[in-house]
Amino acid sequence: MTIGLSHYLILAALLFTIGVFGIFINRKNVIIILMSIELILLAVNINLVSFSVYLGNLTGQVFALFVLTVAAAEAAIGLAILVAYFRNRGTIAVDTINMMKG
Amino acid sequence: MWQAIAFYVFAAVIIFSALMVIAARNPVHSVLFLILAFLNAAALFVLLGAEFLAWILVIVYVGAVAVLFLFVVMMLDIDFAALRAGFMQYLPIGALAGLVIISELVVVFLGWATAGPATTPSATMPGISNTESLGRIIYTDYIFYFQTAGLILLVAMIGAIVLTLRHKPGVKRQSIRNQVRRVPAEAIELLEVKPGQGVT
Repeated sequence: MTIGLSHYLILAALLFTIGVFGIFINRKNVIIILMSIELILLAVNINLVSFSVYLGNLTGQVFALFVLTVAAAEAAIGLAILVAYFRNRGTIAVDTINMMKG
Repeated sequence: MWQAIAFYVFAAVIIFSALMVIAARNPVHSVLFLILAFLNAAALFVLLGAEFLAWILVIVYVGAVAVLFLFVVMMLDIDFAALRAGFMQYLPIGALAGLVIISELVVVFLGWATAGPATTPSATMPGISNTESLGRIIYTDYIFYFQTAGLILLVAMIGAIVLTLRHKPGVKRQSIRNQVRRVPAEAIELLEVKPGQGVT
């Protein structure tokens, strides 16, 4: 049997759902939340690349490259905010993060 | 045939390691499973014929982002058991949200007739490699987007440095300005020391 576009789309859908699910069940641990966001972006990338290949258009791969760039920048900034927050509060539990106002 | 087998193996490993990322008790294990998921996604990209993106995924994610995560997880002294409290409390609402999303996607797939596979499923121009054909359009049609991506990375780098840099008080630093401004008149002081007494 041949592997078609729909196989890749189903894989990406499952991965996306796992990412969203991970954000929901790890509400306090912001490191796992960041990793779930990486999983979601990986699912988006799989979608973009498989569409690019099966439609015969390279634009999808170019866009996946930009998604990758933004994901790397987001991870760096997110972890930097995390380190700064940990220095101030001594914990990374995000359920008390709204106490930071003021 | 071997392509189907390879696809199913890689896809199964991706799904399994993604589940382990969100379910592992130790965040170090989560990061390692994230690396495994990205390596297998890179293998899928090779299977699709997008070699350049596959290697970029390995270099950027496994080489940089995952190591960054690993550094932060190991550097911060966190009680991870306390952070897992409420895991079961959030499970029903999370399962509900996941179920809604996956059912929406299933409905979309069921109602959507995909075209058959293209004659040769490949986005690469004939005769040249994937990397070269990507480079041909990135540096011509998408040059402004490419520059903007570079600008985003620059801003992210400066932002990360500004967020994490701190000046500790009490650390002696070299001040080149003060060193250059020194003149002999204020650098040398002549004292007349009497015998038996020190310099106060």
